[in-house]
Amino acid sequence: MSNGTMTANGKRYYKLMIVDDSNIMRRRIERSQQFEELQVVGTAANGEEAIELFKKTDPDVVTMDLTMPRMDGIECIGQLVALKPAVRILVVSALADKATAVEAMERGANGFLNKPFTDRQLNEAIAELMR
Amino acid sequence: MLYEQELKTFVEGTTNFFEVAAQQPASIGSPYLMEGSPSVHEYTGVIKISGKREGVVYFTAPKAMLTVLLMKMQENDFSHETMRDLVGEVANTISGNARRDFGRDFVISVPSVLSGEKPEFPQKPGQRSFIIPINWRSHSAKLVVSLT
Repeated sequence: MSNGTMTANGKRYYKLMIVDDSNIMRRRIERSQQFEELQVVGTAANGEEAIELFKKTDPDVVTMDLTMPRMDGIECIGQLVALKPAVRILVVSALADKATAVEAMERGANGFLNKPFTDRQLNEAIAELMR
Repeated sequence: MLYEQELKTFVEGTTNFFEVAAQQPASIGSPYLMEGSPSVHEYTGVIKISGKREGVVYFTAPKAMLTVLLMKMQENDFSHETMRDLVGEVANTISGNARRDFGRDFVISVPSVLSGEKPEFPQKPGQRSFIIPINWRSHSAKLVVSLT
């Protein structure tokens, strides 16, 4: 985990990027995450958009869908980790099979949350990711 | 020949979405065989299946049901695009469940979404289509499983 960013009043915060091709899911994650130290710096609807946004905003934490148009999540994870090895990536996907989870982890993901999810499951997964 | 366990996987993928995302379980009605052309509601999420089995599985729901589902998910955007997005997510969950239970013997497509149109797919000899009513609150949707 990177050290995040220090504010003028000495508080540390971490930048969060949300990647999902579903508007509903992007809004849901943004609304449901309850961590004061996480600041959403942007959302992306596919892997290509995510890479561009990542270069501009330098997030510390990413939630990543897998099934997306243009560039899927597995490919995107590899590219994000190459850009910033300390980034923490939580895969949030309906793909519930073990092989997919293993592949995502091998590319550099740090956690896996199955869709659909409750607010509690999301926050527990993010807490685990930031530990 | 469609096996009971296969049908169960698709049904559970659907009902699981309601139970988790809306925190209110859906119940299922008695499955029946579809005769003639498919009847659909306003919004339909479709997954195509190939490999060990061939065909389609789709979830079709009325706008009224999707509106209430969005409310339960604390959404406040009820646009046409959001409705399409939602049935796509339900289909996505069905697809994920199928991959987990069936492994790589089943090749499952990325979901596509239709608004109003009937899904078009060539009916193969021996292909039977089951309709499973999905009841939630006062609304009813359909899960259609059509595989060889």
